[in-house]
Amino acid sequence: MRMELIQPFINSADAVLAQGLESPISIENLSMEQEAYRRKGIAAEVFLTGEIEGRIIFDVDLGAAVQLASRLAGVAVSETDDDLVREAVCELANQIIGNSITTLNDQGFHFHVRPPTLHTSEQGSKSTEDTEALVMCFNTSSGNVFMNVALRYQRRRAVERAVVAG
Amino acid sequence: MEKFAPVKRSEDGQPVRYLIVDDSVFARKNLARMVETFGGQVIGEAGDGVSAISEYERLTPDIVLMDITMPQMEGIEAAEKIVRDHPSARIVMVSSVGYQENIVAALQRGARHFVQKPVKPEVLYEVIKYVMRDDGTTAQGTGAGV
Repeated sequence: MRMELIQPFINSADAVLAQGLESPISIENLSMEQEAYRRKGIAAEVFLTGEIEGRIIFDVDLGAAVQLASRLAGVAVSETDDDLVREAVCELANQIIGNSITTLNDQGFHFHVRPPTLHTSEQGSKSTEDTEALVMCFNTSSGNVFMNVALRYQRRRAVERAVVAG
Repeated sequence: MEKFAPVKRSEDGQPVRYLIVDDSVFARKNLARMVETFGGQVIGEAGDGVSAISEYERLTPDIVLMDITMPQMEGIEAAEKIVRDHPSARIVMVSSVGYQENIVAALQRGARHFVQKPVKPEVLYEVIKYVMRDDGTTAQGTGAGV
């Protein structure tokens, strides 16, 4: 997958998580995933349509999700507050992915983002030749946060745009 | 959370009344906590653009904080419809998707300002004072530029 697509996600995750947690984060791991994605904790999924299409899964270990929800909500949240923890993960996904998309749009990629939805199945669909998936693992003071990014260029639209531009 | 000099309505000294529109309950709660530290009062919430329009009609808040990416009807379309019927409506878009085209579209359709998520309280506070302008006062004086 091309770095120009990935870098905005890394930068946004870094900025949003560091601001939310008020502590630095680091990238623990970055790998290409061939097999179907296996959910690790509380996960949200966001779909993109337009010149770049695909989906991003934002996945947080349960313990880390509870701590993140507590920090972001400003009150102690327990593992039994399922809805609040899930809402916090979806909102974090929304912020990180939204900020990444802002950068990509300002770089000239035009696409639309749908609201995040909970990703509840244990296993996601497999990557294909067209849909490269990259898994990033961020280490935060509250635990690990994963992002699985599977995007592809919509070639037809890119070609059309080039033709119109002459 | 940091405390701010309360922003009041200059006409009657009452708290500024907010309608918060976001499909995320979590985001609505966070924004509600934030505006309460500005001395504001949350009088209503909505989770999509359609409900936002009906809640605006019912409550006529002083300020609407409106997300963009929402189910059923997105925030920019809802803002446009509200402003068409209520030209004095003060709508502040609050979204994580803040690319230039989106901001321009929101402002052209009647939004007064744009704040990108994650929201920093001090940024939102300044925007609220700016948007209230002569219709708002703080402990130190009138809204804008204080």
